Amino acid sequence: MYGKRLRPLALTTFAALTLTLVLAFFWAPNDANQGFLQKIFYLHVPLAIVTLCGFVYAGLAAIAHLRTRDSRWDMRSYVAIHLSLVFGVAVLVSGSIWAKGSWGVWWDWSEPTLVSFLLVMLLYATYQPLRFAIEDPERQARYASVFAITAGAFVPINFVIVRLSTAYLHPRVLGDISANLPGRFQVVFYLSLVSMALLWITLWRYEMTSKHASAQLRALKRLLAGDEDEALPRRSAVPTLSVGAGGAGSSGVGAAR
Amino acid sequence: MIALHLALLEIPLHQAVPYVAAAYIAFFALILIYLAIMSGKLSRIERELGELTELAARRPGSSEEHDAP
Repeated sequence: MYGKRLRPLALTTFAALTLTLVLAFFWAPNDANQGFLQKIFYLHVPLAIVTLCGFVYAGLAAIAHLRTRDSRWDMRSYVAIHLSLVFGVAVLVSGSIWAKGSWGVWWDWSEPTLVSFLLVMLLYATYQPLRFAIEDPERQARYASVFAITAGAFVPINFVIVRLSTAYLHPRVLGDISANLPGRFQVVFYLSLVSMALLWITLWRYEMTSKHASAQLRALKRLLAGDEDEALPRRSAVPTLSVGAGGAGSSGVGAAR
Repeated sequence: MIALHLALLEIPLHQAVPYVAAAYIAFFALILIYLAIMSGKLSRIERELGELTELAARRPGSSEEHDAP
């Protein structure tokens, strides 16, 4: 289901990433102030944007889950948060490396952009422990959705508040793109943004395919064992995905692990 | 210290290269670790599929049983 068209998507992502890297290093000029160090910009900023968008998407999927009670939306939200956390770690690492090269320090606690992003990451780091703390799958999914919606709403609010801040060192990239960035910088930046978004979508679909296949296998195992109560999922933070004969149905089958 | 760094004009290439390389390597390493974990999960699915195939093969006359009213 999610594996459909995954191969062309993966190939497109690979091509887009390769093109981005080639253009970033061999076509886009060096920044007048940052010099070659500015090349981190093409990695760090699109990653941050995609990460935050991923968190917002998780909140939207959680809304759909609460409205429909369809466990597939819970799984979509879970995978989006999981993947965005991975991307978020890359944002923090690449940002720290850039800060060391540009500012001379790995981290600056007085910088609102950095601290606010760390806060968002720490907030989402509690998502998995929250899920794991609740044993009942139904209640777990419901509480996790409420968390994803609340945290998803916090992300844009947090972004706007940080933008309103007057004391900052961190470059205001989004404002600069349309106003100050020369043509080549803009082209590579937008291409990089598309590449990172494609990478996120590809990995999201990849993980969804894996989770779905795992749930289908469990359903098949129970069917062949002839015992409906057998192989119930052990306690897990992973959502319980409902899989029926046609791929999606009512029988609760865990995609745990 | 930060103000001092900002005051400097273009950061020399030989100083910037290790930082840029480290950032990109860290990113691709993270993605590779993620893919390695996912491929481990895929291997487990494959193994479980093999177990299921054996289980299905061991079931005597399973097709007749399903056809029965």
